[in-house]
Amino acid sequence: MTSPFFPFSVWLRTLLPLLLSAALQAHAAMTIEIVGGAAKRIPVALAPFAMPAGVAGENPAAVISANLARSGYFQIVSAKGQEPLPTRPEEVRMPVWRAAGAEALLIGQVLPLPDGRLEVRFWLYDVPRQSELAGLSLTVPAGGLRSAAHRISDVVHEKLLGEPGNYSGRIAYILKQNGWFELQVADADSQNAFTVARSPEPIISPAWSPDGSRLAYVSFEKKKPIVYVQRLADGSRQVLANFRGSNSAPAWSPDGRQLAVTLSRDAVSQIYLIDAAGGEPRRIASSPGLDTEPVFSPDGQWLYFTSDRGGSPQIYRIPLAGGQAQRMTFEGGYNVSPAISPDGRMMAFVHRRDGRFQIAVMDLATRQMQVLTDTSFDESPSFAPNGRSILYATLVNGRGVLATVSVDGRVRQRLSQTGDLREPAWAP
Amino acid sequence: MIRQSILAVLASLLLAACSGMQTEAPIDESGAAARVSTATPVTEATRAPTVTAATPEPRPGTAVGTTAPIQRPVVETRALPPSAEQTVPGAAAMAPVAGAAKTDVITPGAHRDPASPLAQRVIYFEFDSAVIDGRFQPILDVHAAYLKANPGFKVILQGHTDERGSREYNLALGQRRAESVRQAMTLLGVPDGQMEAVSLGEEKPAVEGHDESAWKMNRRTEIHYVGE
Repeated sequence: MTSPFFPFSVWLRTLLPLLLSAALQAHAAMTIEIVGGAAKRIPVALAPFAMPAGVAGENPAAVISANLARSGYFQIVSAKGQEPLPTRPEEVRMPVWRAAGAEALLIGQVLPLPDGRLEVRFWLYDVPRQSELAGLSLTVPAGGLRSAAHRISDVVHEKLLGEPGNYSGRIAYILKQNGWFELQVADADSQNAFTVARSPEPIISPAWSPDGSRLAYVSFEKKKPIVYVQRLADGSRQVLANFRGSNSAPAWSPDGRQLAVTLSRDAVSQIYLIDAAGGEPRRIASSPGLDTEPVFSPDGQWLYFTSDRGGSPQIYRIPLAGGQAQRMTFEGGYNVSPAISPDGRMMAFVHRRDGRFQIAVMDLATRQMQVLTDTSFDESPSFAPNGRSILYATLVNGRGVLATVSVDGRVRQRLSQTGDLREPAWAP
Repeated sequence: MIRQSILAVLASLLLAACSGMQTEAPIDESGAAARVSTATPVTEATRAPTVTAATPEPRPGTAVGTTAPIQRPVVETRALPPSAEQTVPGAAAMAPVAGAAKTDVITPGAHRDPASPLAQRVIYFEFDSAVIDGRFQPILDVHAAYLKANPGFKVILQGHTDERGSREYNLALGQRRAESVRQAMTLLGVPDGQMEAVSLGEEKPAVEGHDESAWKMNRRTEIHYVGE
């Protein structure tokens, strides 16, 4: 190692935990304690928000509590026995919550506005320091309490951990149920699902446009794979690629103006660029093997993809300005399905090891690779907008489920919904 | 260098400490583990298509604009279930087909007759391969003869894979199997305009199941006549 600088991975491994604990101290006088090899979760107390009778929706505190508990970073401290529970700053008796073991306390109110909207006020406290970390107000449409709760969860997460939360995002995925394939969009906690497209034939590979307004996907409704683009607002749909042979693997460019797709019209499975409005595809490379699963780097400089040109499926990248493809993965005989983090620094992919298909990440600066999961049939990794978590599909008891893993592999969750789920994609 | 070593040690200590920190909802993988024990968990990686035992009879391609009229539906017949020792299913059923090919496959509409050799529609592939086994040549021969005699008919060649690995990568692998059959038919003189090779990847398994007995039935190319 001749570089005077540390490799990025060393920075990441040594300094990030230190920075994280520094951030914690700065924000909430808390540290990650490592006792006997177990991480400490931050104990947070939440009092139910004051909510007038007649306001529709679940109490935001319940939604926030579920979000935080599920994240793996927090432990919920029961508010039982602390009545009367505070809903305004002047009602907070800090020593009581300290005695209950809480390091943070969230209180709030829901206030109906004359125009029918709802104002949600909330306050977050550092209990040991007896100081306010946040005091904010959100205004949402009637029926918007749940989205308000997700946004408040993001604020709590960021204030207590020093990094953005993932609670208010949306995900797309395919649900297979009763012989039908449904492309659905839901909140990041898998609630509020609605069906975008439905077919008795398979649907795969949903891809969000960068502005979150459209989904590209592959449908087999015409007995062959055809790429469609559908607008979420009105459900209108256009055929993006329906050429001779197979059309698949859509991926949006960062500016949303074009997509990369895999076509077999000229040769077996090659990658093309095509305008988002449709039109004549332009082949970007000529490969002796099959190329597929293209994905743009966030800066638009590179196209990452899977190819078996070297004899086994591996991930490559090619400069969009023109040039030679570079092989990115070398470890193992099967590395597929690349996804690039929003900051462009990490690549998640599916890596086969000892016959098991698992989610791995690579630091693109150092090319160091780390396997994050210990399941056996992982597919379709997708980064959260904050880049700290990866959504993927796996099999549990023979059924497809969606799961997330933090990029350091420490925190894993499974999203709950009935039916067979696959092909998740986190909205940008 | 020394500083890096210290940091590396610090890093490994932190990592070691972190490795015990998987506090979250453990993902139940008993099902997945069970599958591993029964499976031969190696992914398909089919190589470039190779055609065996094909008779070169190249002809210029003729575009065909018409499709077959829709008549009574045909029950799609698959090859016979394989015996235990067969890796590629269906080969035992091939023998009678070749002799029949010259007589009754030319009549327009014969592909809708379940008793016709044209009812044989599936070519199976070995693991890790898009090579057409010579045992399936009779199937290609009868369909090629029929298509050449009936330029109004078109076929969709549908490639399929087993379920292991990435869906999109499997779609590409299935395409390779479909192209392999298309190239074999081209060598038999079938005009390009009468064929389209597409892939359904792992999406439409012929047999549901998570072991080799299902997978070998799913690694296949199916011949479908347009409009039937």
